[in-house]
Amino acid sequence: MKSNPVIAINHLYKSFGKLEVLKDFNLKLFEGENLVLMGKSGSGKSVMIKCLVGLMEADKGDIKVLGKDISKLKQNELDELRTKIGFLFQGSALYDSMTVRQNLEFPLRRHSHNTEKKTEELVKEALANVGLPDTIDLMPAELSGGMQRRIALARALILKPKIIIYDEPTTGLDPITAKEIILLMMNIQKKYATSSLIITHDVDCARVISNRMILLLEGKDYAEGNFKDLATSKDPKIKAFFK
Amino acid sequence: MGNKSLLLVSVTGFILGLVFTLQSRPTLLEFGAVSWMPSMISISIVREIGPVIIALICAGRIGSSIGAELGSMKVTEQIDAMEVSGTNPFRFLVVTRILAATCMLPILVIVGDFVALIGSALIENIKGDVSFTLYFNQVFEALEFTDLLPATIKTFFFGFAIGLVGCFKGYNSKKGTAGVGKASNSAVVFTSMLLFILDFIAVFITDIFYN
Ligand SMILES: Nc1ncnc2c1ncn2[C@@H]1O[C@H](COP(=O)(O)OP(=O)(O)OP(=O)(O)O)[C@@H](O)[C@H]1O
Ligand SMILES: [Mg+2]
Repeated sequence: MKSNPVIAINHLYKSFGKLEVLKDFNLKLFEGENLVLMGKSGSGKSVMIKCLVGLMEADKGDIKVLGKDISKLKQNELDELRTKIGFLFQGSALYDSMTVRQNLEFPLRRHSHNTEKKTEELVKEALANVGLPDTIDLMPAELSGGMQRRIALARALILKPKIIIYDEPTTGLDPITAKEIILLMMNIQKKYATSSLIITHDVDCARVISNRMILLLEGKDYAEGNFKDLATSKDPKIKAFFK
Repeated sequence: MGNKSLLLVSVTGFILGLVFTLQSRPTLLEFGAVSWMPSMISISIVREIGPVIIALICAGRIGSSIGAELGSMKVTEQIDAMEVSGTNPFRFLVVTRILAATCMLPILVIVGDFVALIGSALIENIKGDVSFTLYFNQVFEALEFTDLLPATIKTFFFGFAIGLVGCFKGYNSKKGTAGVGKASNSAVVFTSMLLFILDFIAVFITDIFYN
């Protein structure tokens, strides 16, 4: 579809002791697309994206993000690259000792030398983007699960990243809230023209949001294609995902 | 975490002073040495019992809370989130906590020692008709710089150990809520043991220096 990938993972291997989680996994994310990665629980999706942002070290294989080989970067170069990647964690991962405002300011304070006023503006804009402008002085524990997910999304977006990685954005939410989150993701995608890697086992989410899909099975990128191709596949292993 | 620790340390220090004095009285009476009470109590509390007991209490209170806090941050991926937003979580979370524990413990021990001596003086005042002024005069006569200095230095190490082990256990806690409980529990157990070992080393070194 598009020429150069913003993320390219080639022949990735990762194991924990005897447990081989990833065995020759490949993935390319192209500019402006929504790529959905599906895989069973425990198949190594979170491990893969942790390798991708340098939170875990891969055993073998290379990972290029925006043209840079992440295993060869120095700490400050890696930090610099990470400002261009938004990361929505599986469990929201809001800092529970900080208010919503401090949560959102956290990535800003570290990266850009904004004035107080500019910071305030960015925080308000991010909260408006996720439709929760009134939560600014609340603590994460005072928010519902769906609201926490949205605040986490706002935090992931606050540096206007080129790439956003969503680790199971709708898991643990009721179908209506899940739909709201999906709509939000699509709006953000439209507004900021980001490239997204979405990890999910929610078939509805995949149908609505994906341009292209990859199935992670047995540690490999088992199948690739658009939603319709994969959903109508004859392969029983692929069919199992869409039940 | 400072205020509550201060109260806890004061209450336990006070009771320690009371009990210790009550228990020692009969024996000293037997030998007709009750007038030695202030010096005996102050030396044993300042040199040994104060630092160790208060450090143990702080291991239970501060060490476990650091372990649980960092453990839950680890398990809920907050530490990962910090790292991907370009903050060194080690510096941000660990260094600050170890520093705080290291600086706070000596203060808590000094407060605890002092309150323990007040407790002891109270018993002497009631049972032995020793005035507070007389009691503390004797205390200051008995205590020397060579008692205070090594005792204070070792409390810095105690504080460092409490912070370090709490952070280490929390930072490396295993997945799941069970991991958090385990981290905080083993922080306390391991620190308590380490405190005794450190105390032994401190006493050993002090002994070499002064004898
Ligand atoms: N730090 C670790 N140490 C040891 N094993 C790990 C570690 N992290 C993950 N694993 C193992 O790797 C496997 C894949 O885990 P991962 O979290 O990537 O699964 P997942 O595909 O994200 O599943 P889910 O959909 O439930 O989030 C699991 O079997 C897990 O036990
Ligand atoms: Mg996962």
